[in-house]
Amino acid sequence: MSSIDLTWVIGGPQGGGVETAANIFAGACAGCGLKVFGKREYYSNIKGEHSYFGVRVSDKIIRSNVSGITMLVGFDAETLFRHADEVFDDGAIVYESNLVAMQIDEVPTLDAQFKARLKKHLVSKNKPFTIQGLLDESKERGITLYPVSFKEILANLSDETKNPKIRGMFRMQNVLAVSVSIGLLGLPPETLLKSVGSIFSRKADIAEMNKIAANYAYNLATVKYSKFRYQLSQIPKEDHTMLVQGFQSTSLGKIACGCRFQSYYPITPASDESVFLESNEIFEVENNRPGSTLVVQTEDEISAIGMVIGSALTGTRSSTSTSGPGFSLMAEALGWAGINEVPIVITLYQRSGPSTGLPTRHGQDDLQFAIHAGHGDFPRIVYASGDTEEGFYDTAKCFNFADVYQIPVIHMMDKFIASTVSTVKRFDSTKITIERGKLLEKIGESGYQRFTPSPDGISPRSRLGLENGIFWNTGDESDEAGHISEDPENRIYKMDKRAHKLEVALEKIPKEDQATNYGISDFCILSWGSTKGPILDAIDMLKKEGLKVGFIQIKMLHPFPAQYIQSLLSGVKTIIDIEANQSGQMGSLLNEYLDRKVDYYILKYTGRPITCNEVFDSIKKIIDNKAEKKQVLTYGI
Amino acid sequence: MVSNVADYKTDVHNDWCPGCGDFGIVSAIQMALAEMEIPRHKAAVFSGVGCSGKTSHYLNTYGVHTLHGRVLPFSQGAKLANPEMTVVAVGGDGDGLGIGAGHFVAAGRRNVDMTYIIFNNGVYGLTKGQASPTLKLGLKTKSLPEPNVNQSVNPIALAIASGYTFVARGYAYDVRQLKDLIVAAVKHRGLSFLDVLQPCPTYNDINTRDWFSGMDNIDEMTNKPRPRIYKLEDTGYDAFVHIDSPDEENEKLTQALIKSNEWDSKIPTGIFYKNEIIAPYDERMSARIPNYLENPPAYQEISYAGKSLTDISKMLDALEI
Repeated sequence: MSSIDLTWVIGGPQGGGVETAANIFAGACAGCGLKVFGKREYYSNIKGEHSYFGVRVSDKIIRSNVSGITMLVGFDAETLFRHADEVFDDGAIVYESNLVAMQIDEVPTLDAQFKARLKKHLVSKNKPFTIQGLLDESKERGITLYPVSFKEILANLSDETKNPKIRGMFRMQNVLAVSVSIGLLGLPPETLLKSVGSIFSRKADIAEMNKIAANYAYNLATVKYSKFRYQLSQIPKEDHTMLVQGFQSTSLGKIACGCRFQSYYPITPASDESVFLESNEIFEVENNRPGSTLVVQTEDEISAIGMVIGSALTGTRSSTSTSGPGFSLMAEALGWAGINEVPIVITLYQRSGPSTGLPTRHGQDDLQFAIHAGHGDFPRIVYASGDTEEGFYDTAKCFNFADVYQIPVIHMMDKFIASTVSTVKRFDSTKITIERGKLLEKIGESGYQRFTPSPDGISPRSRLGLENGIFWNTGDESDEAGHISEDPENRIYKMDKRAHKLEVALEKIPKEDQATNYGISDFCILSWGSTKGPILDAIDMLKKEGLKVGFIQIKMLHPFPAQYIQSLLSGVKTIIDIEANQSGQMGSLLNEYLDRKVDYYILKYTGRPITCNEVFDSIKKIIDNKAEKKQVLTYGI
Repeated sequence: MVSNVADYKTDVHNDWCPGCGDFGIVSAIQMALAEMEIPRHKAAVFSGVGCSGKTSHYLNTYGVHTLHGRVLPFSQGAKLANPEMTVVAVGGDGDGLGIGAGHFVAAGRRNVDMTYIIFNNGVYGLTKGQASPTLKLGLKTKSLPEPNVNQSVNPIALAIASGYTFVARGYAYDVRQLKDLIVAAVKHRGLSFLDVLQPCPTYNDINTRDWFSGMDNIDEMTNKPRPRIYKLEDTGYDAFVHIDSPDEENEKLTQALIKSNEWDSKIPTGIFYKNEIIAPYDERMSARIPNYLENPPAYQEISYAGKSLTDISKMLDALEI
């Protein structure tokens, strides 16, 4: 049997249940043992603007999105106008049949730039500016059309079940659309119904009604329409597979590794993590009382990091989660944590900047800022995860780094990971270690000093409330006890002491935690963070064409593991930097720290994640010696 | 254990200007801690930035000298993570009511069981005397090139409007009363706010010690000054909300606001408002997390021999397919 790999996209107005639909679809596929990789795209808006959810399904490992759509589902005109062009020639469009007469100008949420592009396209195909025109053009390309009247289904269902309420439940169109799709794609109804049940598990009556609707639409699809060209089928399910949203990885990592205090200010896409923590604030602790995470919503991000520091001073593992604008506000306090050697973790879910930027879109724009945020020289660790699974385990590592080196740690995540829904192997807490470094449990009566000298620069750490452990902290430079000191010799001692911790960190943190080596080749990709998935998928695609490309994923961006990376690159002829930002921020680090320069840049800053096809195409261009030094990727709307 | 005031003093050289009102405040804090016999390691004093920011270094308890305007976030975080600590936050009026005003308001909404003391002198001393948020409109203190063009903020009224459940005012040169107010503030269940009038001898040449004592306003009959400062308690003022009723609360809030507006000739000190009917933050938390106070964040066991003790299996089960 040939491999299955298709992308199903559902769109609709924000607030209309698109996410629910996609989760049901993903759950139904995952329930059949298939691998799922889904991503959500939405505007900065509560209701009405276009949002869509793409779910890629395969029987093999998938780690990214592809350029293009195999099956598009739209029960509103905008979804069709926006995405029909992306559907592969052998793909399908499932659409609300009542929409065919809709004109481009009748959709108020289509922006002028997009409308102009679409009209130009339709003019070139000699088609009218209507859904019908668009569908005709699609059909000519070979696309299979599935007209479905979701409104009619609702009406019929309402009559048959003698439930007049159903007629007006337009949100249920989502469930109908998913169910029709699952029917056309040939998956069994059982997993679909199970998925519907689990999505609505908190509301039994709604779950029941949706299951009836799902079953009805599924049967209709299998009876009324011919099967789609590509069929999904059940495969043996791997044990302990979870369907996880990216932000849940760092939340679960925090709970598992003992973070007990999280403060935050609402911001997209970071606050989902805090909300998850609050929803799961009480949990079991082995041989002990129930544990809990205190989640505090603050008045702003300055307060969020201030509270985190205050909490960390009590010996509590503490963190905040934020995005670019919020992190900007935290810069001053970050320096305070640095000068006072307070272990805190900031989970930085990056999005597109500058300023408010593209607030709901992806970007890896904040690497250089994370490395340099705050005035004055002080040490911090900047650590980046590449996907959901890494998010869980790396969270625990970040807390260890913070505790061991008594340092602020910035854990780089991003919107792409945050809103990815994917099948991953069940997280294993037993693989997590908890290292609290020199945190003291007890102190004798002999004159404790917080910043007492130590060869590794790391002093034994007391905590507020500990007897005989009194210390002082100040944002001023301070002496060993923590009192203000402007003495020049003390200044050198303290500055060097703090800076030395980074040298120790670089020496002690295992190389495999600093960077992941996926193979070295003449052509070698260097990257960081969520580009990992599309790069690995593209490398597989290149391999099929007999092309070998190396890849080093740098995880510790600061302190930069220059020697290690340098040693890995010794046999490499061409360095390719791939990042989701405009300036090649990691590339600048390579140019700064290595004795050679980046040869090619592949960059994307549209706010949409990089697809594996984009990486594949641009690497091929480089190998074929047809590439510009800098390639800018554009796929996705 | 009988505590000694001296136990709460450090040997750090105090570099405040001679005659500074801050000396009286730091003494009152030391006396209050001694009187309450709070073990030194169970108290943490957080300070903002400015002259008053140095307070934490002069107190022999845990001392955290934070950032300008941010003393409330730092101190609330510590108190929430370790509710066993006695937490006192201190800072200047510019710190708390200028750059930190947002935190000042938000803290009132939470009602965390701790104390906040503002050293109120009308100027930014450490940056050479610029007008602070409490300086009255039109006043031209010593180092201002022009008279102050901004209205002053009323700290007592702002605290009451923000939800502080204990609001009082002290005077830095009446250390005994101030000590009593600090004791009452610390013992209060909820967030207590203390506005301390603290003349800056170097930069505020208008609201001086002599001015507060009424030296510019001599009674011709007795030839004695008419002091501006008076004590609310001497007037039979009742600051307490005794019963859980909107009428009672409105009455006590209103009288406190009216009193807070007194200034030029008569300046009240003492407790303006006290309400222990409103639940402090820890009670609100305990309603959600029943063992929050018994097993707070700072004392939770998280690992044994480097392994996690937390059982997240139920959360993972819910995500399994």
